[in-house]
This record gives sequence, structure tokens and C-alpha cells, in this order.
Amino acid sequence: MIRSLPKSNAYKATYSIFIILYFLFLFAPLFVTCILAFNDSMFPSLPWNGFTLDWFTGAGPEKIGIFNDKINLRSIGVSFRVAVAVSALSTVVGTCAAFLFEQEDFKFKNLLYFLMLAPLVIPGVILGISILLFSNLAGIFFEEKLGMDVKLFSPGTWLVIMGQFSFITTFVALVVGARLKKFDKTLEEAAYNLGANRFEVIWFITLKFLRPSIIGGAAVAFLMSFENFNTTLFLVGSEATLPINLYLQVRDGSTPVINAISFLLILSTSIFAVANLYFSKKEE
Amino acid sequence: MMNSKHSKIRWGFWIFFIPVFLWLFLLIILPHIELLRMSFFERKTGFTIANYAAFFTEPIYWLTFVRTATYSIIVTFIVLVIALPVSFYVTKVSGFKVQGFLMVLLLLPFWVSELIRVYGWMILLRESGVINKILVGMGFWNQPVEMLYNDAVMIMGLVYTSILFMVIPIIGVMESLDDSLIEAAYDLGAKKMVIWQKIIIPHCMPGIMSGSIVVFMLVLGSYLTPNLMGGKNSLWFTQQIYNQFITYFNWNQGAAFGFLLLLMSSGIIWVALRLTGQQLSEVVK
Repeated sequence: MIRSLPKSNAYKATYSIFIILYFLFLFAPLFVTCILAFNDSMFPSLPWNGFTLDWFTGAGPEKIGIFNDKINLRSIGVSFRVAVAVSALSTVVGTCAAFLFEQEDFKFKNLLYFLMLAPLVIPGVILGISILLFSNLAGIFFEEKLGMDVKLFSPGTWLVIMGQFSFITTFVALVVGARLKKFDKTLEEAAYNLGANRFEVIWFITLKFLRPSIIGGAAVAFLMSFENFNTTLFLVGSEATLPINLYLQVRDGSTPVINAISFLLILSTSIFAVANLYFSKKEE
Repeated sequence: MMNSKHSKIRWGFWIFFIPVFLWLFLLIILPHIELLRMSFFERKTGFTIANYAAFFTEPIYWLTFVRTATYSIIVTFIVLVIALPVSFYVTKVSGFKVQGFLMVLLLLPFWVSELIRVYGWMILLRESGVINKILVGMGFWNQPVEMLYNDAVMIMGLVYTSILFMVIPIIGVMESLDDSLIEAAYDLGAKKMVIWQKIIIPHCMPGIMSGSIVVFMLVLGSYLTPNLMGGKNSLWFTQQIYNQFITYFNWNQGAAFGFLLLLMSSGIIWVALRLTGQQLSEVVK
């Protein structure tokens, strides 16, 4: 069974085949998607008509590559802006939450901690609709009572940012909190004894110690935001994010330009993921 | 604690507390209260339970609800059955040198968005897809077969998109399993099945539970996979919510559906935690 125990050849062979099949299952769809981005065909399918870069650089009229595809490029821009905003916001608030739950004591701490974990078990669709309902209510309130038409409350980029921020912050708080648990309190004590105040201690000592986890948390937040679909679906206005935009194209049939986008995304997330893994290993 | 020694610096607490409280209060508590309020509300009559009554009287609604719950449990179970041997291979069978590499391979596909992974399956499986082209080309089939748009393929898609969230927590607990326990059982003549049943699975129970909860939750709330891979008849409950909100613009009905889904997911998770005597705060680690 395990490394140290003898096992029959038949058992070893079956187990290896099972594992190979599993990895084939994992990678087959991604692999095929990437390969077909370079097929000289109008459809993302076989037969193989030869290698082309048209789905990346093509300028039309027949094949419009991703670098010339205004709609898709714009949605990538929207997703990018949203992801930057969400990761910045959730990193700040998530770090605050990590400090709050690891270093402070107060009444109802457990209740608040439980509330913070709630987004992990609330389906994304539900978060989306409840934030939509609430912002709609707030919009009506501001308009009727105060006579203000606040754009923030109608579906659009801001609402998408709020919706994604509402649950991604929990992940950042857990990542940073896990690192803060390992923090050696005597370092803070020493700084206090040398005359530092709370602000200086946090800024010069604790945050320095937390830096790798904060960067890691921000990276996770960026990726989660960039790929989010369920929550975004209900909050998106006229400016579609990339997943929403791709979804519409995939559902209604599409050209291999989607493969080209997928290829670029797979490539960049792989580099991103490996780099993230490498740096977190190095920090340990 | 530190506060007693530096009692003047309580403002440090407020700097942390205010953003966290605003976040949870404005984006979690109030929206869900509004969800509940809207579900009991109707434009003409005010308070009503008609939205919930509609759920129980229209078979299409509660049938979809039951279907979604049943399939989510089936998917969670399949994911568990596949994830156990995979995690075991990575932690206990594979050579130490390839172990790190296998972990990276396991993780990589899940950094890619769900939509792209589902799209990959679509171009593989559809009638004009890659698998059909290959099999017809090789003479296995006379004409292409539509493999997409049925329940079986939808379940496979859901397994595919969620399995990592089972594998990772199980690998986490399996690493702490002492090899000598398995060796001892083997020396005493235990069969493989008995070793799994008496040693490995009981040891991995915390990881199995947290994996199952996350997978169940993700599958229950998923929208993309059932929508793109399921057939006309494989309606998912999230689609019912979407239809009420976007297609019929009946937000009150949609709110009631949303609240029912929330109730079911937290109910099942609560029961699962109770049955295994675990705490939510422990499981999320």
C-alpha cells in the first residue's frame, strides 16, 4: 500500500493507471482549449487546418484576433480594474480583521468572527441577490428622502466591486490571520519597552512580519475577483466583466477567439500561480 | 493583555473594528435582512407568504429544489470517492521527489476560471467536438453523437470543477497519518479494505468533512456548469432564482427562492457538523 510495504504488480499497475487517468481528466480540456487557439479554422474544433496566429493578431474582416477585438478587450479592462479595486480594498479590511480577531478582545468577538466566516457558506448567487436588493433599497431611500440620485446603488462596476469584496475579504482575513497566529509577541513587547507606541509597533514590526501573507492574500483576492461569476452575474450593469462576457459568447456559440483568450489566461494564471507558490515556499 | 498595559491606546482597537464592522454590517447583515423582508413582501398587499406558497404549490419549483439538493449530495459523494485514492497516492505512494511536482499539477487547473474549464469540456464533447471528430475519423462511430446537455455530463462537469476542494483538505490530514499504523495493521494481516475502513478514513474524517461541506456548497450554488453542460431538463435551482430576478423581474419571488436555498445550504451544513461533532471555525482551517 504505502511506500514501505510490498505490493503486487497488478495493484501497482491499476493504481498508476487510475492516477494517470485522473491527471488526463484534469488537463485534457485545458490542453485542447490551448491547442485549438492556434488552429486555422472558423470553429473551435478539429480538423486541424494548420497553425495560425490569426486568433491573436488577426485584424478582420473574417478573423478578428483578441488583440483587435474591442468588446473582449474592454471586458478584460473592466475585470482588471475591478480586480485591482477588490484586492486593494479586501487586503486592507482583511488585514484589519486579522488584527481584530488575533490581537484584540471585546464583547461579542465570537459572534462577529462567526459572521466573518459566514460568506464561506453563503452561495455566491445569494450574496449577489441580497446585495442587489439592499443597494436598490438604499437607492430608493436616497432618492425619495434626500432627493439624490446615487449612481453607486444601481447595478454597475461599483456594485460588482462591493459584491466581490463582501466575500473575498474573508479569505484575505484567514490567510493573514493564519500568519499573525505565528507572530512572536515578545517582539512587540520589546518594541514597547523601547518606547514605541502601538502605531509604530504595527507599522515597523507586525506588518513587516505579515508582508508575505498580505501579498499572498492580495494575489488570491485578485484572482478570485478576476474569475468571479456567480456574485457578479446579478450586480453587473452595462459594463460586462470578462467572465460574464465570455459566458454569453460560449452559450451562444463562438469563434476560436475564446480559445485565444483562454490560452492567454491559462498562461498568465499558471505563471502567477507558480510564482506565488515559489515565493511562499521561499518565505517558509 | 496588551490593552491593560497600554490602556490609553484603545483607538488601535477602533481602527481595526470600524472597517470590519462596516463590512459585515453593510454587506452581509443588512442585505440578508433585506432578502428576508423582500421574500415576505408584495407590491400590492404588503406582507404576504404567497412567495413561499408558490414554491410549495408549483411542482416545477420544489422539484428543481429537491433535484438540486439530491444531485449536490451525489456529486459530493463521487468527488469524495475519487479524491480519497488521489490524495492517498500523492501523500503516501508517490516518491518523495515527485510529490511536490504532483501537488503543483493538482493545483494548477484550479487557478484557471471555471468558465474556461467548462468551455474546454464543451469543445471536447459537443456534437462537432474534438472527441467526436477523432472517434468518427478512426471509424469507431458512423456519425457524431451529442454527448453534452444531459445529466450525466453535467455531474461530471460539477465533479471536475469542485474536486480540488476535497483533495486539498484530505491531503492536509493524510500527511499527519503515521505510516507505522498502516505497517502494523499490514503485519497483523489486515486486508486493504480493512486498513482503509479502520485506519485511514477515521483519521481523515476532519478533512473529509471540511472538503464535503465546501464541495456541497459550491455545487449547490453553481450556475455556470449546470447551465452550460446540462440539458433543457436539467434545471438547477440557481437558474430558477436567476429567472425570477432577471427574466420575470419578480424580485420578491426570487428573494423567497434565494432564502430557501440559503436555508437549505446552512441547514445541511449544520446537520453535517452536528453529526461529526465539529465546529465551523475549525473546519475552515
